[in-house]
Amino acid sequence: MKLDFEKRTLANGLDVIVHEDHQLPMVAVNVWYHVGSKNERSGSTGFAHLFEHLMFEGSEHHDHGYFPPLQRAGGLLNGSTSTDRTNYWEVVPTGALDLALWMESDRMGYLLPALTEKKFENQREVVINERRQNYENRPYGLAGIALSSAMFAPDHPYHWPTIGFTADLRAASIDQVRDFFQTYYHPANASLSLAGDLETAQAFELAEKYFGGLAPGPAVTPVSATAALSASASLLLEDRVELPRVYVSWHSPAMFAPDDAELDVAADVLAHGKTSRLYKTLVYEKRVATDVSAYQHSREMSGVFQFACTAAAGVSLSELEVAIRAAVEHLAVEGVTDAELERALAQTEAQFIYRLQTIGGFGGKSDQLNAYNTFVGDPGYFERDRERYVNVTSRGVASAVKKWIVTAPSVSLSVVPRGRREMALAGAVEVNVS
Amino acid sequence: MSAVDRSRLPVPGADRPFRFPRIARRMLPNGLELRAVTHRAVPVAAVVLLVPGGSSVDPADMHGLVSITAGLLDEGSRGQSALDVADRVARIGGELDLDVGVDAVVVGMTTLDRFLDTGLALVHEVVTEPNLANDDFNRIRNLRLERLSQLKDHAGAMADRAFARVLYGAHPYGHLSLGSEPSLNTMTVDHARVLHGAMFTPSGSTLIVVGDRPEEELLDAAAAVFDSWRASASPITINRESALAPPPAAPEVTLGVLSRPGAAQSELRIGHACAPRSTPDYHVLLLLNTILGGDFVSRLNLNLREQKGFTYGVRTGFNLRRGIGPFVMQTSVGTDVTAPAIHEAWREIRDIAASRPATADEVALAFASVSKGYPRGFETAGQVARSVAQLALHGLPDSYFEQFVPRLSQVTAEDVAAAARRYLDPAKMTTLIVGDLDKIVGSLPALDLGQPQVLTIEP
Repeated sequence: MKLDFEKRTLANGLDVIVHEDHQLPMVAVNVWYHVGSKNERSGSTGFAHLFEHLMFEGSEHHDHGYFPPLQRAGGLLNGSTSTDRTNYWEVVPTGALDLALWMESDRMGYLLPALTEKKFENQREVVINERRQNYENRPYGLAGIALSSAMFAPDHPYHWPTIGFTADLRAASIDQVRDFFQTYYHPANASLSLAGDLETAQAFELAEKYFGGLAPGPAVTPVSATAALSASASLLLEDRVELPRVYVSWHSPAMFAPDDAELDVAADVLAHGKTSRLYKTLVYEKRVATDVSAYQHSREMSGVFQFACTAAAGVSLSELEVAIRAAVEHLAVEGVTDAELERALAQTEAQFIYRLQTIGGFGGKSDQLNAYNTFVGDPGYFERDRERYVNVTSRGVASAVKKWIVTAPSVSLSVVPRGRREMALAGAVEVNVS
Repeated sequence: MSAVDRSRLPVPGADRPFRFPRIARRMLPNGLELRAVTHRAVPVAAVVLLVPGGSSVDPADMHGLVSITAGLLDEGSRGQSALDVADRVARIGGELDLDVGVDAVVVGMTTLDRFLDTGLALVHEVVTEPNLANDDFNRIRNLRLERLSQLKDHAGAMADRAFARVLYGAHPYGHLSLGSEPSLNTMTVDHARVLHGAMFTPSGSTLIVVGDRPEEELLDAAAAVFDSWRASASPITINRESALAPPPAAPEVTLGVLSRPGAAQSELRIGHACAPRSTPDYHVLLLLNTILGGDFVSRLNLNLREQKGFTYGVRTGFNLRRGIGPFVMQTSVGTDVTAPAIHEAWREIRDIAASRPATADEVALAFASVSKGYPRGFETAGQVARSVAQLALHGLPDSYFEQFVPRLSQVTAEDVAAAARRYLDPAKMTTLIVGDLDKIVGSLPALDLGQPQVLTIEP
């Protein structure tokens, strides 16, 4: 399986990527802006995401909300913000491709004239409610924020959560919107991917027609920061939960960097699903945990390798933490078995093919092409991405685990029921999350 | 090349034709019905086994039995352990899932087309030869008890559970599939074994196979594996029609509150038992829902989110089932705006059924949105398999997909207005809040919804 495409760059710097797939009478339009919460400053956190909301509130030549014309055309649409990028997409019937491009280009070129204080205030409230719903009012929902704050120094751009700190959201002003738009939302900092029921030549013509006239913006200075822990730390968070959970985190390679794929396989072998080592010992055999998971969360500047494990009733978090560290140490010495490696590769190969099933939406083909283009400058990285996993060896996994995990400092976090601090790991220090 | 005319939006061109899936059928001698669809896009195969009778056939004193029985299917089979089975699934890059709905248990397997035979064999094995061992039963029951305990901290789960109970009482739709702590503690592995024998039978079940091969080959592959499935003897029979009984005529509670001290938001539900999937007004309700709360530009979302900023989002659904399913509005709002949000939600529901019926333009927008986007639901093998499973569950004809848009196009604004009056009944509506009781209780009397009743998670 391949992911075929053609790419051109318009004179104003906009990358345009086209992939034909005529299975459905639909086209996916997908735009990535290379800006996320990592481009924010301490004190102005949550802004990139709040801005994403404003992109759906109308632009100069269509100041009536972004959804109705596209929904009337049968389109599905959404957007999302991460630390590293912001994406927007529509999947529309073929006949509505012009409409979708008109709308996307209008908000890329002409958002600010339609912006009002009222829209800004309204979407700030929506975002504060999004934060309450997905973080504050959700069991263990604040753990990720506590961990990021501890893993990264206060001036490191991964220190703050993409959703932002509430006080910063309250302090945000409409003036910042103007600066943000002018700095980051322009063709030279964006990538447009079109996939589906279209002809390649016609797609490039339409991209030129709608986006070619937009002014290129200023070059964006890449953000860079070094992430390191000087010493291990152990934290404690009380939450509205029944069962305590322990998290353990290490710094790890950035996406696509050496050892990234090896640590993906390590996470898989250690704690992904029933076939993993820790599920077998902790959940299936000893029954001391109700769940265990691990993942290599790799991002543009650096990654985090993280475990989460929830204790069964009456079990101490230290027993789980000891088991996790022992499993990691064992892996660093013994590596993975041939059977584990084969299985991990079979699953990865299948996942690469499953990812080719949809033209649009989060994770569809248009989104993947843009991801590769934004992060490695090559939409055709699909095959090389896959090869990273084919090339993983037992020795490679062992040495990656040794280098990044066994010999490196970590942050552990105990999330315990309110009023039950004694359930935390010994010596854990309480943190406040705002 | 022409410049862009930004004085008006481009008018979309005509829809290109789309060929909906063609369904091939075969009945096996054991009573299992096979349905197959060729799906050429990507070499991925999807297998779905639909077994009618979901959580609604739970015995009255053993809520959760169907779910735990289904959950045990992939916890060991043919004498092998759960880990062995998981290993075999992983080796074909497969994804096996067991979904227990109110009306059916669905066993799904997605795999690469070249592993279709192995995937079918695994589905067959877990369904027909699960170990149902005592030790595994106890292990899974403990995990479920702990899950139930964790859900006490999840506002949405608390609301769903309490809402089903107050709307349906002792009706088979009155409990969630996971069951309750007391009921899980009542059951033994023998109950699961007996239920398994009675419920997982070839007769009445439907196996759907979607993959990158001609239909006949898909049917042959499925038949070769499932021909040998025989119903096992069971001392009980289950009533797969039990959910067709009418739900309580009036709600037990009109305004219910579950206390969640310190909660940052109030989780809300408003609704009542409403209609079965077989209603002739199905297409009308689909458009009514789209206008009221089914998508981003619905009345409720524009009001509560885009105008007031009360919530991250709100949605409604006519959750139509084999029996009479509920109409539900659900959202999560800031604690300090709980009463105003409920007031506005009620106003929108009342108005669309009375003073402000759906307009012709709203109906046109909803029709365009639903109809023009319809082919999107047939993009992946898994989507196609699940759509075909819905036809099987509700006894809908193979021509259903083809007829969907033409049928939808016949719905008029008058139909939608009439359906709102008929299917949304303020007198039967229950409002449920999961939130910080102390902070909101003073604001509730002004809503005029009656005296709030404080509910608990267990009845």
